[in-house]
Amino acid sequence: MAKKPPLAIDTRPWRDPKAKPFVRIRNVTKKFGDVSAVHDVSLDIYKSELFCLLGGSGSGKSTLLRMLAGFETPTSGTIEIDGQDMTQVAPYNRPVNMMFQSYALFPHMNVEQNIAYGLKRDGLPRAEIAARVAELLALVKLQDYGARKPHQLSGGQRQRVALARALAKRPKLLLLDEPLGALDKKLREETQFELVKIQETLGVTFIVVTHDQEEAMSLATRIGVMNQGEIAMIGEPTDIYEFPNSKFVANFIGSANMVEGVVTEDEPDHVRIRSAELGCDIHVGHGVDCAPDQLLWWAIRPEKLHLSRDKPAGIHGANVTHGMVEDIGYLGDMSVYQVLLDSGMRLRVTQTNTVRGNPDAITWDEQVYVTWGDTSGSVLTV
Amino acid sequence: MRRGWFLPIAASLGFAFLYAPIVSLVIFSFNESKLVTVWSGFSTKWYGELFSDPQLLGAAWLSLQIAAISASIALVLGTLAAVALVRFRRFKGRTLFSGMVSAPLVMPDVITGLALLLLFVAMESTLGWPQGRGMLTIVIAHATFCTAYVCVVVQSRLSDFDRSLEEAAMDLGASPLRTFFDITLPIIAPALVSGWLLGFTLSLDDLVIASFVSGPGSSTLPMVIFSKVKLGVSPDVNALATIIIAIVALGVLIATILQLRARPKKARG
Repeated sequence: MAKKPPLAIDTRPWRDPKAKPFVRIRNVTKKFGDVSAVHDVSLDIYKSELFCLLGGSGSGKSTLLRMLAGFETPTSGTIEIDGQDMTQVAPYNRPVNMMFQSYALFPHMNVEQNIAYGLKRDGLPRAEIAARVAELLALVKLQDYGARKPHQLSGGQRQRVALARALAKRPKLLLLDEPLGALDKKLREETQFELVKIQETLGVTFIVVTHDQEEAMSLATRIGVMNQGEIAMIGEPTDIYEFPNSKFVANFIGSANMVEGVVTEDEPDHVRIRSAELGCDIHVGHGVDCAPDQLLWWAIRPEKLHLSRDKPAGIHGANVTHGMVEDIGYLGDMSVYQVLLDSGMRLRVTQTNTVRGNPDAITWDEQVYVTWGDTSGSVLTV
Repeated sequence: MRRGWFLPIAASLGFAFLYAPIVSLVIFSFNESKLVTVWSGFSTKWYGELFSDPQLLGAAWLSLQIAAISASIALVLGTLAAVALVRFRRFKGRTLFSGMVSAPLVMPDVITGLALLLLFVAMESTLGWPQGRGMLTIVIAHATFCTAYVCVVVQSRLSDFDRSLEEAAMDLGASPLRTFFDITLPIIAPALVSGWLLGFTLSLDDLVIASFVSGPGSSTLPMVIFSKVKLGVSPDVNALATIIIAIVALGVLIATILQLRARPKKARG
């Protein structure tokens, strides 16, 4: 469903230090009174990217988007779009269009008039406007709905009208504020797919604001995770999920088991961490920027843990701990186990249900061993 | 469910209580007799009599003019006040301002009238304006209390106005002025029309305040009717009242339809 993973470096410009960003946000801060909604954010976004700003409510993601659209002016810092400084430019003079969370369709105009509104403001000739509107209606598959008023449309149709209207002026940059937020789950999945397809066809740069991490993961080329007005991490979806840079990101994206530990061995090719919480040592099969006796955190995703009845070998006498199955959540494709360790800590483990109705599956109150690979977890220092 | 007899009867009694006086007035306007309370046959002669009475017609014309002008002034001022109250969430004295704007709604007319009269007299002696009392002073007085009504009506419409509509228009290349005329005005238009009609009706209706601030030669219609009634009700007043009821009913009907037409679109979601 997501964009096909690009293979060459020229389709992933953010990996190329010489590439010229399309949108440059430099040290942007926005204060409302004494409160910083956005604090010292710097961000580069490249042409034809589908960039997702992901964060909870109050993380500043919407404020950042509104600054890109021109509805808010940064307290300090600059915003450049396509090489031009846009920091002080009014919204009606920017080569940027926005799709609003509420869709903001003009209730007193019909679908065609809504889509044509921006083109009329540009003073395009009538025939051209009509042609462009027809083309856009075809793009969003609403050819027969041109004469309807917004209140005569379903939620999904309104969403598509809003998208068509925002695309009408062929903006270089399209901002989307929670574009799928108001749709139900089934429709959201279909629309997600269409959105990516349209973005690829037109080659427009999309910046999407969302609080839904699944949406962000499946849509985005890159994700910027925001927390309390700052960017916590920027990266491709796999980076964000598999290699979080902080406790916040590890906890915010997906679910993670997090333990505290002390470094006992710090070698260039491996690190050993003693964790009282886990009741065993953790052997990490790569070097980590840390010092002996340093206190740090180790996070592991539930699906990276394995359960077994027999004691596994472990790695250098580490990476094996013991507990009892306290609870099981059956989700169909997989089961979520809650394991109470001997140390008193609870681990979340997911196991894929590969065998149909498996009578031999690990069940409630069983004594189990939990094990993991030496590169499965993330060592976090902040 | 069985339809009871209680509700229909209660409803008819309620309507009778509200409208019986008006219905009897309308019926008696077509009375042939000179005695208002005695029915002697159908006739429209009092309507003819009415239209040959220059005093009543002059007063009616004056009242209509005053109502139109003061409703228009109130529309502008009330809309500005509503915009200030809805769009600027925080400014010094906001609470005081919102209280003061709606104060005329609850202020007894006698007090408003007296206060305005005192003000006009004081202004005339110190500033020399307004000279004497007449149509101008009535217009000012009516505009003040109508402003409060317009403000309340427009405020409620503005407060459920989605600001992102205006932002969307600007985002698509419309200047703020263009946005106001293309988006804001059409959407709040029903409230403006019903606000104006409300002000018009209230002004046309007012007797107390007008009595305080009017001068010689500028008696409004309610004042003329009231003074005529004091000397005994003449049937041509019934005719005039019937015409006014028709005008007011029409105005209220239009205002209601406009308000209703603006609502259900949102409710359907």
